Amino acid sequence: MNLMSISLDEVRHVAKLARLELSESELMSFQGKLNALLGHFEDIQAVDVTGRLPKPHAVAMQNVFGQDIPIQPLSRDAALANSADTKAGLFIVPTIIEE
Amino acid sequence: MLHQLTASELSEKLHAKEVSAREVTQAFLDRIATEDQHYNAFLTVDAEYALAQADVAQSQLDSGTAGALTGIPVALKDNMSTTGVRTTCASKILDNYVPPFDATVVTKLKEAGATIVGKTNLDEFAMGTTNENSAYGAVHNPWDTERAPGGSSGGSAVAVSAELSALSLGSDTGGSIRFPASLCGIVGFKPTYGRVSRYGLVAFASSLDQIGPFGKSVEDAALLAHVISGYDNLDSTSLKDSQIQINDLKSGSLKGLKIGIPEELFGDEIDPQVKEVFELSVDQLVKEGAIVKHLSLPSIRYGVTTYYLIAPSEASSNLARFDGVRFGPRIESTGHVESFCATRGQLFGDEVKLRIMVGTYALSAGYYDAYYHRAQQVRGMMTEEFENAYKDLDFIISPTSPIVAPPLGGITDQMALKALDLCTIPANMGGFPSISIPCGLAYDLPVGFQLTGPIMSDERLLQASYAIEQAFGREYRRPPIL
Repeated sequence: MNLMSISLDEVRHVAKLARLELSESELMSFQGKLNALLGHFEDIQAVDVTGRLPKPHAVAMQNVFGQDIPIQPLSRDAALANSADTKAGLFIVPTIIEE
Repeated sequence: MLHQLTASELSEKLHAKEVSAREVTQAFLDRIATEDQHYNAFLTVDAEYALAQADVAQSQLDSGTAGALTGIPVALKDNMSTTGVRTTCASKILDNYVPPFDATVVTKLKEAGATIVGKTNLDEFAMGTTNENSAYGAVHNPWDTERAPGGSSGGSAVAVSAELSALSLGSDTGGSIRFPASLCGIVGFKPTYGRVSRYGLVAFASSLDQIGPFGKSVEDAALLAHVISGYDNLDSTSLKDSQIQINDLKSGSLKGLKIGIPEELFGDEIDPQVKEVFELSVDQLVKEGAIVKHLSLPSIRYGVTTYYLIAPSEASSNLARFDGVRFGPRIESTGHVESFCATRGQLFGDEVKLRIMVGTYALSAGYYDAYYHRAQQVRGMMTEEFENAYKDLDFIISPTSPIVAPPLGGITDQMALKALDLCTIPANMGGFPSISIPCGLAYDLPVGFQLTGPIMSDERLLQASYAIEQAFGREYRRPPIL
């Protein structure tokens, strides 16, 4: 399987999945960079990983539960203080549903 | 001059009342004000904030409740949250972000009476090898200001190397503490994953990120590691009973210490002069009774690929939170998704966008198994190889960096830049503690000696590092510009 060649349409699709608005020239630049990187990344396709478990974390841990103790949360004002737009104690998001 | 002292020497003077905490903090603030124009190491300096902490430190010193770090200036990489002090991650997308809470390391520093002198420059979201990817300009190496300090914690490394702060903290995801420590001629230590809380560290790759100290000496780095480490219920990956103990720091010996050099970290990738300095350092350790073994850890060859698949995959998920709604500026557009896309597209830098794209691709349908899943399998193999090696060895050693500090803008090939992480990546993959100690000069620039140990061997690692530093027998080398 040749995984390394990524088309401009695929780059456009990945940018959409990643929620990144990119100009046509940026898309072309990223196509070149992605293909160069993915070309180098081909080396691990040759590694025999038969029967190998994936290692998702540095130190294996399981079932980390916290005590159910109420703590003082951030105040509403503190939580909203960094937002670009707020109203009546709420975050204002760009319009989702048109009138 | 106060700034020339190590943190432990400063501490002695503070405890002996030869100098006040305010005088020490002011001395470093003055240096930042006059000298940082040459380095661009700091993004935010809040003198009032620092001096208020110095006053608290002085009251601890006066009341006999002071510790080793009381009154000692510490600089923080600007990806650690500080209540009321701007935290940018060197990104335009967090240009105006002022956290409403402190990272756990910040809380611990404040409790210990340290004074936080400022927030340091970094590669945007800690993504970079040379600290040239900051939205606020590159950081300059005090050994040669036309050269890079290494990244991504370049500002924190330069803060200590250029004596703008006595100590500093960085974060290390694939070498971002040890690599700049090596290029700037200071000590940089990445503790075992889980021994320092990540709470309040803006996440890049959560399974790899670890906070750690920079200092002029192993002792300084150890003092800071002791203060910032320990279990934290706010970080679900925090390890129980994990505070790093340093009471026996100076009682180690190199006699009989078994250290291994993997051939994969000693090949043609390493600059010949760097290799020569490293070999002389190894000879020094052998004279002191260390036993050196050469071995092969074949999976190291796949480390760079594995890292550049896993870290961007995690980053593509972690950085999804930056959408212009809850924090950061917002670019308005035709609809809500368009607004997210415009905000992210215009405010993230190129390297961050590239890594988000790589990660999104590696996690996407049809490619997950071939890239992300396989990279995790190779990560497991690499970790196992190291763990097997540790059955016969105390530590694995290598040069920290294949090269000395490169000229700013000198490496344009993106894969060549990423390949510089070769020696540092394995420790992050396995969660191992790892340190870089200055071991000499090549081309009149610093070379770092890296020592990596098994999980939870931090105490032994620091003890051996202290003994190694003594064996190298060199006075701390200040950059000639100072």
